[in-house]
Amino acid sequence: MKIEDKKRVLREMVLHRRFEERCYQAYIERKIGGFLHLYPGQEACCNGVMEAARPGHDYVITGYRDHVHAIKCGADPKEVMAELYGKETGSSKGRGGSMHIFDADKRFMGGYALVGGPFPLAAGIAKAIQLKGGDEIAICFLGDAANNQGVFHETMNMAALWKLPVLFVCENNLYGIGTSIERSTAVIHQHKRVAAYNIPADECDGQDIDIVYEHARKAVDHVRAGNGPFFLELMTYRYRGHSMSDSRGYRSREEEEVWKQRDPILMLRDRLITAGAMTMTDYETIEKETDAYIENEVIKFSEESPEPRVEDLEKYVFADRETQLPWLTGKAA
Amino acid sequence: MANIMYWEAIQRAHDEEMARDPLVICMGEDIGVAGGTYKATKGLYEKYGPLRVMDTPISEGGFTGLGIGASFLGIRPIIEIMSVNFAWLAMDQMFNSAAKVRYMSGGQLTAPCVFRSAGGAAHQLGAQHSARMEKVFMGIAGLRVVTPSNPKQAYGLLKSAIRCDDPVFINEHELMYNMKGEVPDAEYFHPLEGSDVARAGTDVTLFGYNISVHWCLKAAEILDKQYGISAEVVDLYSLSPLDRAGIKESVSKTHRAVIAEEDEAPVGVGSEVIAIINEECFFELDAAPVRVHSALVPQPYNHTLEKAAIPDHEDVVKAVLKLFGKA
Repeated sequence: MKIEDKKRVLREMVLHRRFEERCYQAYIERKIGGFLHLYPGQEACCNGVMEAARPGHDYVITGYRDHVHAIKCGADPKEVMAELYGKETGSSKGRGGSMHIFDADKRFMGGYALVGGPFPLAAGIAKAIQLKGGDEIAICFLGDAANNQGVFHETMNMAALWKLPVLFVCENNLYGIGTSIERSTAVIHQHKRVAAYNIPADECDGQDIDIVYEHARKAVDHVRAGNGPFFLELMTYRYRGHSMSDSRGYRSREEEEVWKQRDPILMLRDRLITAGAMTMTDYETIEKETDAYIENEVIKFSEESPEPRVEDLEKYVFADRETQLPWLTGKAA
Repeated sequence: MANIMYWEAIQRAHDEEMARDPLVICMGEDIGVAGGTYKATKGLYEKYGPLRVMDTPISEGGFTGLGIGASFLGIRPIIEIMSVNFAWLAMDQMFNSAAKVRYMSGGQLTAPCVFRSAGGAAHQLGAQHSARMEKVFMGIAGLRVVTPSNPKQAYGLLKSAIRCDDPVFINEHELMYNMKGEVPDAEYFHPLEGSDVARAGTDVTLFGYNISVHWCLKAAEILDKQYGISAEVVDLYSLSPLDRAGIKESVSKTHRAVIAEEDEAPVGVGSEVIAIINEECFFELDAAPVRVHSALVPQPYNHTLEKAAIPDHEDVVKAVLKLFGKA
C-alpha cells in the first residue's frame, strides 16, 4: 500500500473503531436493541482484505458482526447507525437491525445471523458471477467457529468442484461465542481444513494491516484470475465479548492485554509516525474529527430520522404485488 | 391439447423457460447426466450443458443455499430436492435466507428461486422416505407454496413460479409423476394464488390438494351415484397463501365441508382451512367440518400398516356420510 492509502485507511479504521464504541454507548442508553456484535480489535482483517479487493465492485457477504464490512464496502455510516436505531432511513429500513445490514448498491450482500449460513450463499453469488461472466469475485468473511457447521464442508466441496470465484476469509478470533477454539475444534489452524477439498489456503497475522494486505492481494489475484476459490485465515482477536450480553468470563484479562499490545490501529499509526508520514497531533486530530463526525452527523441523523410506519408492517414480505400479478393471477400477457 | 404425463409437463416447463432465459438454471441430485430420479429434467443436460444443469453433490443444505445466493444476482434457479424428506436439511437456507432476505434487507435483495420436491407416501418407502411436509412450508412468511394435482397445473405452476420474484416451494408427489392429463399446447401460466373448482356440486365441499384431490373426485363420483349427494371438489393448489375467498364461496353454497389431506392432522392444511371457515363463514355451516388425514405415526414399512396409516377416497366417503347422518 502507498503511504497515502495507508493514511486514508488509518482514518477509516479510526472511524470503524469509534463507530463501534459509539454503538456500545448507544446500546447502554437503550437506543439500540436486540443483539449487538462489535468489531474492535479485528479492523485490520476487513480493511486489509478490502484494500486488496475492489469495494463496491466485488460482492461481500458476512455474518452478524457486519457493521464495519458494510461501511468498508461503501455503505453510509449514517444509514448503518440509523438501522441500529431501527429507523426508516436505516440501510435495511429498520427491518433488519444490527445483524442484517445490507447495501445492494455497494454490493454488500448482507449480514446473516445463522453461523455459517453465508458460506453457500457466497458460493451461489460466485456461481452467478461465473454464469454472467463478470470480473467480480465473491468475498465471504466469517469467523473460525463457522467452520464447524456442515455447510462449511458442503460449500468448500462445491466451490472447489466448480472452480467458483470466491474468497473465503476466516477471521480466526479464537472464540466461538464463549467457547475457545481449543475446546471446540480439533484443528486450531483453520486453513488446514480446506486441504481436504484441494483449496489453496494461507494464514497470516490479522492484526498487522500490511501483512494482511500482502496476503490478501495474492488471494484476491488468485480468485480473480479464474483459478477457483481461495481460503485466507487471519489470526485476530475481538476485544469485546461475542455480543453485549457477554462478560468474557471464559478468558483472562491478561490474555486480552497481550492482544491489545498489538492493536491494529496503533500499529499502523506508529508505523506512519516513524516513517515521518504523520505526527501524533495529526492522529489526535483524526480522532477528534471522527468523533465529531459521528456525533454531529451519524448520531444526529439516526436520532432525528423517522420510525417506520406501522401501516408498512407487511411491506417487503413479498415482491411488490402489482409487478407480480401476471404470475399470481395467471393472466400473463 | 397434448395428453402427457406429470413429469413430462414439468420437463416441458423447464425446457421452455431455460430456452427463453439464459439466467434460468436447474440444480439437484442426479438431475443432469442421469436425467432426474423422476425424469423431470430429462434431456436438459444434453441441451443446456453442465453450467446450467448442475448435478450437485448430496449436500441439500449446501446446494440449496448456493442456488439462493445465485438468485440474489438475478439467476433463476430451479432447485430439485429429490425427496421432501431431505428438505429438512435445506430448510435453514430456504427459511432463513430465501424467505427472509427481502424483508430483512428492506426490499433490497430478493430470492427468485423455485424449490421443487417430491413428497408423499409412495409404496413402502418407510419412515424417512414417505413424509408429507407441506404443513411446515406453509407457515413461513415470505415463501409461496403450491402443489399441483395434475399435469396442467404441474406445467403452469412451474412456469409461473420461475417468473415470480418471490421464492416458491412446489410440493409434488412421488405417485403422480406418471399420471396423464391434458396440457395446453400454447404456453400457459397457472395462477400461483387461488383455488380451482375441480367438480361443481351443491351439498358438500370436499377440499383437497395434490393427491387428495383425486380421492375427493373419486368420492364425489361414489356419493353422487350411490347416495345422491352432490359434492363440490375444490383443489387448493395454493397452500400459501390459502384461498380465503374461494373457501368462503364454496362453503357458503354447500354449507358443509370435508378437508382431505395425506398429511397428519395436527397443525395442517385441514386445521387451517377450518380456521378460515370459522373466520369467514361460520354461520353458513349446517354441520361441523370434518378432517380426513393420516395417522400420527412415522410411516410404517409393512404394507397393511402403511395402508391403514394413509387415508383414501373411501375415508372421504365415510366422512361425508357421517356429516349427513348416514353412517
